[in-house]
Amino acid sequence: MLSRVAESIYWMSRYIERAENVARFVDVNLHLMLDLPVGMETQWQPLVATTGDDEVFAERYGEASQEAVIRFLTFDTKNPNSIISCLRAARENARSIRENISSEMWEQLNLAYLTVMETAEEWAMAEPHEFFSDIKMASHLFIGLTDNSMSHSEGWHFCRLGRLIERADKTSRIVDVKYFILLPSVWHIDTSFDDIQWGALLHSASAFEMYRRTYGLISPTPVVKFLLLDREFPRSVLHCLSRAEESLHAISGTPLETFSNPAEQRLGQLRSEFAYAQVKQVLSSGLHEFLDAFQTKLNLVGADIHEMFFALRPVEDAAANGQVQSQYN
Amino acid sequence: MARGTLGDSRLPGPRPTVARRPEREQIAMSIFDGYSTDDFFDEMFAPDGSPRPAAQMLVENIDRLPVGELLRRQIAAERALLQMGITFNVYADEQGVEKIFPFDLIPRIIAASEWAWIERGLKQRIHALNLFIDDVYHEQKILKDGVVPADVVLSSDRYLEPCIGLNPPRRIWCHITGTDLVRDSDGQYYVLEDNLGCPSGVSYVLENRNLMKRTFPQLFGMSRIEPVEDYPSRLLNMLQYLANDKISAPKVAVLTPGVYNSAYFEHSFLAQQMGVELVEGRDLVVLDGFLHMRTTKGFERVDVLYRRINDDFLDPKVFQSESMLGVPGLMEVYQAGRIALVNAPGTCVADDKVVCAFVPKIIKYYLGEEIIVPNVPTYMCWEDSDRKYVLEHLDELVIKAANESGGYGMLIGPHSTKAEQEEFARRIQANPRNYIAQPTLALSRVPVLIDDNAKWHFQGRHVDLRPFILYGEEIYVLPGGLTRVALKKGSLVVNSSQGGGSKDTWVLSNAS
Repeated sequence: MLSRVAESIYWMSRYIERAENVARFVDVNLHLMLDLPVGMETQWQPLVATTGDDEVFAERYGEASQEAVIRFLTFDTKNPNSIISCLRAARENARSIRENISSEMWEQLNLAYLTVMETAEEWAMAEPHEFFSDIKMASHLFIGLTDNSMSHSEGWHFCRLGRLIERADKTSRIVDVKYFILLPSVWHIDTSFDDIQWGALLHSASAFEMYRRTYGLISPTPVVKFLLLDREFPRSVLHCLSRAEESLHAISGTPLETFSNPAEQRLGQLRSEFAYAQVKQVLSSGLHEFLDAFQTKLNLVGADIHEMFFALRPVEDAAANGQVQSQYN
Repeated sequence: MARGTLGDSRLPGPRPTVARRPEREQIAMSIFDGYSTDDFFDEMFAPDGSPRPAAQMLVENIDRLPVGELLRRQIAAERALLQMGITFNVYADEQGVEKIFPFDLIPRIIAASEWAWIERGLKQRIHALNLFIDDVYHEQKILKDGVVPADVVLSSDRYLEPCIGLNPPRRIWCHITGTDLVRDSDGQYYVLEDNLGCPSGVSYVLENRNLMKRTFPQLFGMSRIEPVEDYPSRLLNMLQYLANDKISAPKVAVLTPGVYNSAYFEHSFLAQQMGVELVEGRDLVVLDGFLHMRTTKGFERVDVLYRRINDDFLDPKVFQSESMLGVPGLMEVYQAGRIALVNAPGTCVADDKVVCAFVPKIIKYYLGEEIIVPNVPTYMCWEDSDRKYVLEHLDELVIKAANESGGYGMLIGPHSTKAEQEEFARRIQANPRNYIAQPTLALSRVPVLIDDNAKWHFQGRHVDLRPFILYGEEIYVLPGGLTRVALKKGSLVVNSSQGGGSKDTWVLSNAS
C-alpha cells in the first residue's frame, strides 16, 4: 500500500473517531447540566480541556459559557478539532484515497459531512440531542461499513489503528479531566449528585450500561478501573491498546510479543503497562500524572508509526534494505 | 414547431382535478407541449414536432409519467450525485472548489445505424492518427512528401524532440482518445477536435448510466441500449497489454496531479474501478532504472502508468524543470523501454488544432481512404489568404488558439463584442501560427428540463458528443460517450469548466 494512502486512511479514521468523541462529550454534558443542584455553577470549561484546546478557546471566546463551548466544539471552522473541522478533514483524506476504500464508506462519510454542512446552527442548538446523536450514528455507520465492505487487509488495519489510538487518547483525557473535577467535591460524596456525575463520566464513554453489568454500584475506583483497564469494553484504554497492537502487527507481519520496529516496541510496552497495572496503585501515586505520562507515550507511538510507514523514505535506503519488490519472474 | 401551449406550470404541484374524462379524439397532453426546436437540428424531435423514430419510446414513456414525477426524479438524481461526491473542481473559483457536474435526466438517443457510421469513422481516424504520430517521430515521410507542411508540425509546441526515434510499446501512441463531435443544423456530424492528451469525461458516462438505470429502470429494460459498463475492464486490459511480455502480473497505476485537479474525481474513479493504485508524483521515484512507488513496505515497481498529467509536467529533468507533478528521470526510464506511458509522450502533436485540419489528408495518405466523419472546415491563420478572410469575418467565425483546451482562449464571433474581436485580431496578427478559425455551427439541440422561475418545462440546449476510443490489441469505441450540454440559454460552449452539464447517451442496439 502506498505510504501516502496509508497515512490518509489512518487520519481519516482518527478524525471520524475524534468527531464522534466530541459529539459524545458535549451531549453528555448537556444532559448533566440539566441535573445540576440549584445554585451550582455550570461546568463547560472542563469540556474544552478534554480536547486540549484551552488556550485557543480562551483567546477566541473568553468565558466558557454553554453556547460558546458548543459553538467552539461543533461549528467553529477555525477550531481544527471542532466536529465540522474533523469531518471536513476526514472527508478530505477520504477523497484522496477513494479508490482504496469502498464506495459505501465514502458515500457515508460524504453524506455525514454534507448533512452537518447543511445543518443550521440554530437548529442544532435547539435540538442538540438529535444533532449529536446523528454525529455518533454517522461514525458508527462508518465503522460498520468499514468492517463489512472493506477487505481486512493492510488498509483496514491502518484504519483500525488510527481509530483505536484516537479513542485511547480521548478516553484517557475524559477520565483525567473528570476525575480531577469530581474528586474535590467531597461535600457531595454519597449524594445523588455525585452518583450522577460519575454516571455522566461513564456515559461520556458510552460505558454506563456495561459498567453496571460489571460492577453494579457507581464509585470512583471501579469507574476508573473500567474505563482504563477493562479488557473487554471497547472504549477502555487497555482494550484500545491491545487491538491497536494487533493491527500494527498485522501490518508488519511480526508475531505478537515480538517486535520489528520502534512503533511495535513502544506500543507493546504501553499495552503491558496497562495490562498489569493495579488501579489502587495508579490512584495512590497520582492518576493525573499516570495519564499525562500515558498521553505523552501514546504521542510517541503515533510519531513512530509516522516515521515507520508514512514518512518519505530517502531513495538510498532502498537498495540497502533490499525492499525493492520485483515483479519479474 | 408548435404543439399548442398548455402553460409551463403543470409539472410540479398537485394534480388538477379532472371533472370529466377527456374526449377520445382529444389530443393527449404532453409535457413536451410548447417545446420548440427553433430551426435547430433537434436530437429528439423532427421539425414538425413528432419524435424521431429512435426517441419514440422515450417520449411516450416520459409522457406517461404522473405529473411532477419527472421533476422528483431529477431532484433525486442530483441529490444522488452530491452524495456520491461526483464532482469536479473549478479553477479560478475561490469559494468551494468542488461542483457537481449538472446532469439532465432526459437521455440523448443515437440510432444504431448512425452509431455504426460514427464508430467506423472514429476507428479510421485513430488508426491514421497513430500512423501519423509514429511517422513524424521517425522517418517523417508525410512531411517529406509534402502532404502536411513540415513547419506546421515541427513548429508545434506539442512536437517533442525528446520523443524522436522512440518506439512506444506495441507501437501505439494514442491509447485513449476523446474525440469531440458536433452536429450542424442539417444533422451532419463533424469532428471538432481530437483530444489526445488526457481526455476527461468517461467517468461521467459511467456514472450517468448508473444513475439512469436507477431513475428509469422500466424504460431502460424495454429499450435495447448498448452497454458501457465494461469500459474499466477494457481500459485495464489495454493498459496491461502494453506491459513487457516478460512480466506476468504487470503493475498498473494512474498518475494524478492531485486532489485539487479539476478531473480528480475521474482519476480516482478509474483507479477504483480498475482496482489499481492512484498515485501522485510524490509517490513515485526512479530507482535502478525503473519506476517505483513508495509503499508502507518499501519501494514497489510500476510497469504501466496511465498518466493524467500533460507531457510538459511529466519529467522536470526533460520538460518544465519547476514541475512538482511529475517524476524526475521518468523519461529516461521510458526511453529505455522500462515503463509504458499512456498516452505516449509526444502524442499531442496530432492534437494541435492546425495539424487537426490536415486529418483528411493524413487518412488519405496512410490508409488510402476518404475520411468518413468529416472535420469542421478550418481556416488556418498562417496562410495569407485564410488569415485575410478570418480577419474580415471575425464576427461570424469561432477563433481558437491552436494549443488551448477547455473552452479557454476562444472567441465566438457572433456572441462577441467589438473590443474582443479587436483583441483577437491583434493576437492573430502577432502569432498567426497559433490560431485557427471555424464557421460558427448551429450546434444541434436536445430538450433539457429547465427551472424558469419555478416553472419547470423543456427548452432546447446545444450539445456535443465526446466518444471515447481505446487503442490496444484492437481499436474500441465506447458506445455513445459523453453528451455535454451548454446549460446557458443560447450558449455554444459545452465545457464543464464553463457551466456545461451532461446527459446519458443511449446508443440503441441493432440486435433485437
